[in-house]
Amino acid sequence: MLSSLPSIVGFVRPDIDWHAVAPELTLLGVGAVVTLLDIVLLERGRAYTSALAGIGLLMALIPIVTLAASGDTREMFGGAFVVDDFALILKAMFIVVAYIVVLLSTNYIAEGDYWENEYYGLLLASVMGMVLMASARDLVTIFVALELLSIPAYLMAAWRKADPRSNEAGLKYYLMGVFASAIMLYGMSLLFGLAGDTRLAAISTAVTEEGSNPVVILGIIFVIVGFAFKVSGFPFHTWAPDTYEGAPTPVTAFLAVASKAAGFVALMQLVHVGFPDAQDVYQPLLWILAVGSMTAGNLIALRQENIVRLMAYSGVSQAGFMLAPLAVAGDIGEEALSAVIIYVLIYAAMNLGAFAVIIAVARRTASGAISSYAGLFKYAPGMTILMSVFLFSLAGIPPLGGWFAKFAVFRAVVEADTGWGYSLAAIAAVNSVIALFYYAKVARMMWFEDTPEEADTTSIRVPPSLVAALGLTAAATLLFGIYPAVITHFTDGTLIALPY
Amino acid sequence: MGDFLNDWGLSIPTFLPIIGAAVMLLIPKDREHLHKLIALATTVAVAVFGLLLLIQFIDNDNYGALNFVVDKGWIDVIDSRYIMGVDGISLPLMLLTMLIVPLCVIYSWNHFPEPHNPKAFLMLLLILETGMIGTFAAQDLILFFVFFEVVLLPMYFMIGVWGGENRRYAAIKFFLFTLFGSALMLVSFLALYFLADASTFDMRLLPEAAAGIAKSSQVWVFGGMFLGFGIKVPMFPFHTWLPDAHTEAPTVGSVILAAVLLKLGTYGFVRIAIPILPEAAAEWAPFIGLLAVIGIIYGALGCLAQRDLKRLVAFSSVAHMGFVMLGIATLTDFGINAAVFGMVAHGLITGMLFFLAGSVKERYHTLDMSRLGGLLVQAPRMGWILGFCAMASLGLPGLAGFWGEFPAILASYNPAEVLAEETFRSYMVIAALGTVLAAGYLLWMLQKTAFGTPREEFVNDPHVHDATASEYMAWAPLLILILVLGVYPHLLFGATDPAVVNSLSDCLDSVTSGACFDAAAGK
Repeated sequence: MLSSLPSIVGFVRPDIDWHAVAPELTLLGVGAVVTLLDIVLLERGRAYTSALAGIGLLMALIPIVTLAASGDTREMFGGAFVVDDFALILKAMFIVVAYIVVLLSTNYIAEGDYWENEYYGLLLASVMGMVLMASARDLVTIFVALELLSIPAYLMAAWRKADPRSNEAGLKYYLMGVFASAIMLYGMSLLFGLAGDTRLAAISTAVTEEGSNPVVILGIIFVIVGFAFKVSGFPFHTWAPDTYEGAPTPVTAFLAVASKAAGFVALMQLVHVGFPDAQDVYQPLLWILAVGSMTAGNLIALRQENIVRLMAYSGVSQAGFMLAPLAVAGDIGEEALSAVIIYVLIYAAMNLGAFAVIIAVARRTASGAISSYAGLFKYAPGMTILMSVFLFSLAGIPPLGGWFAKFAVFRAVVEADTGWGYSLAAIAAVNSVIALFYYAKVARMMWFEDTPEEADTTSIRVPPSLVAALGLTAAATLLFGIYPAVITHFTDGTLIALPY
Repeated sequence: MGDFLNDWGLSIPTFLPIIGAAVMLLIPKDREHLHKLIALATTVAVAVFGLLLLIQFIDNDNYGALNFVVDKGWIDVIDSRYIMGVDGISLPLMLLTMLIVPLCVIYSWNHFPEPHNPKAFLMLLLILETGMIGTFAAQDLILFFVFFEVVLLPMYFMIGVWGGENRRYAAIKFFLFTLFGSALMLVSFLALYFLADASTFDMRLLPEAAAGIAKSSQVWVFGGMFLGFGIKVPMFPFHTWLPDAHTEAPTVGSVILAAVLLKLGTYGFVRIAIPILPEAAAEWAPFIGLLAVIGIIYGALGCLAQRDLKRLVAFSSVAHMGFVMLGIATLTDFGINAAVFGMVAHGLITGMLFFLAGSVKERYHTLDMSRLGGLLVQAPRMGWILGFCAMASLGLPGLAGFWGEFPAILASYNPAEVLAEETFRSYMVIAALGTVLAAGYLLWMLQKTAFGTPREEFVNDPHVHDATASEYMAWAPLLILILVLGVYPHLLFGATDPAVVNSLSDCLDSVTSGACFDAAAGK
């Protein structure tokens, strides 16, 4: 009887390319195992969860490699789920970033009084949402991916249950996130109403046909603004500093890198696949967001006294740089995507590295104040050098990785050869100088100031998982700067499969 | 040997210092002697390599063209390549770098500034050397940019950690000023890439490829480079970082700043801005010349107002770099030859003066000239060396300083034809006045510090003694070169002239004859 059900409701199961969804399924499987382990083994399982989560993430890389080796673009569900080079690069990045976050979390979560299995289970669920986002070419898929990556993150931000500030962080993040989702969903409904289809390909056709229809313009603006929350662009960044400060630091690193990158992935797909012909609408909007984010983020960052809040505002400013190529995406096409991907990849390495040092130093100082870094060079020269590498990389000083990220952005906006592009380049140039000031402020604390009298100046003991995270991120930051071809090798050429 | 040098001659000395620094990183901090030895061995090896390059360069006997060219893929997707090469303009500056750095290691052998830590100090010095040599060798704009920026971080830390009282302010000021210029310079490089006929960053191809760019765009692109290079020189309104950085930097830092880092800016004008955008250069030249002469006078007056010996030498740098920029602004091969000579001479002489200032500071623990005096009595040899360098700095014929200043003044009598003769002749008069002021402040400085009798507080001070062995070893090569180049300037002019003629002549000729402008007008 059950077998006849599909014919009654007229449902035919669409073909599923199991290879194409293998990364998502692997993450789902490992997440389930991690959660089940807790039920079966109870306390005895705690010691293995972080290792299991790490191995699970690395396993999810295998299908990505085989998919890349097979080389062809795969589509499912009528083009709602696409696996192309664009998706593969970003899926790989999300998984590697999550792996490093697991390394950062291992000791932090084990040593505090936290639930471990649930933490890693939620982390894997969130990563699954991100990995799905990279393939989503459909409004509903994008929305599902967004919620899948956000909801676990709301919980993780409040993971330090006993600390009211962590509760505040989670609640603020949740309320702002839901608000943003609502705005975005409204925009999506407008676009859907016009196109009668949720797939980006159909949206694109409808936008081209009805270009000047105010409904289209409103829909596009709402959708972009919704994601501006996610990437913490000005003036939608207000949740970031409080959430970053209150959340457990490894979660902050995860939000600052992976969650932000997911927002950019969605923006790239929407702008490039969803409404490429509406450049008159989205270009000025993104231009304003980019300039506002880089300038406001920088200016507020100048006054920060807490390292995590500083990183939050620096993240706002960096988001401005990442938005900049999208503000000329209509003029230069695919090049804009390459620039954003390059920036996101390099940003991931250097920002995770900076957070790894912050976590390592906080193990000793138990403080987030920038002044607690005073004289670090005297008793922890290794940490000081690594932190300097990451900070000056964020500032874009060659030969550290950040220079090439900034370079890619400059290249994209200058290539547009328009007044908007050149003015954006000049503003970005000035902003990269302002940014140096606060990054150098931290460096100055570490190198130039004397250690406070009462400070404990025995050398800092760093657990092996943090050492691994620091080593990976530092090596990547240097390699990307000295031989950027390791990145451009993947980002060159046609990345995204256009449905038309 | 020749083949080996032609293939590897530039890459090895560029990256050898960074390898030395990496080795030092692995050795614990308390083995100070070993660190010093590694640093010395690395820098001397680089210097020996430089000597081999010089011999091979003479043997190749092709001063005007690029020698030892390497051209390999680097970042293919943006068409940026690893292109290295030197000609008669860059080789002298590169050799100057290779000479100065080991001398700095020798000089600091037994007196590292507070907070000591030779490991970190010498590692920074080695990273600096890689950046400096690389900048002079790079023939690709992006590669040039990367090396140009590599020097910032080590210098920032050198000033900030080992500097004087006000070091934090000076370090960040130096960093921010330079970064501001180079960020806009990068935008200019990119604009050049997209506007030129060929999509390339290759400095060898760009002069031709950029000829087709509309003049109005050229002027803007040149403006970005002007900021980048002009701040580094530094030219008049952007010079304010220099006195602070020089005064606060440790002795070795000041020496490197004066001897090499400032030259990166002027070198950029000679190598990149002018050959690639000659038409825009002609538009900008009167303005650059004006800023140059303002710098000459302003620097000299600034010197006269100083009480601090090191600050005085710093302001004299502003004045001297004004002469170099004036030579460049004439857009004649004569003027540019003078400028290159001026760069080398200034590197030797001002480097020496900073060494001396550092040694005075070490003995008297002050650089306040009203408290100094009688150096000739207490440390006669050092006093005489100071006198010698002051003479060289004020442009006494027979010493190297003369050949930087005099031809620059002469060249502005007769600038390139497209430039207004009257303007440049008035610049010439002002610049000549500047030399008088230079004699004034240098002799005044000499009187204050070397002549007279020592102050009571220092009469029986055991710290005050004559030059030590390591000081002699560090100074002798510079003193000899100042004299040799002064007596026989052809040593340097012989190398620079063919290169200047070759790399600038195509365009300078066309600017001079007005061909570039006719072509532009025809568009």
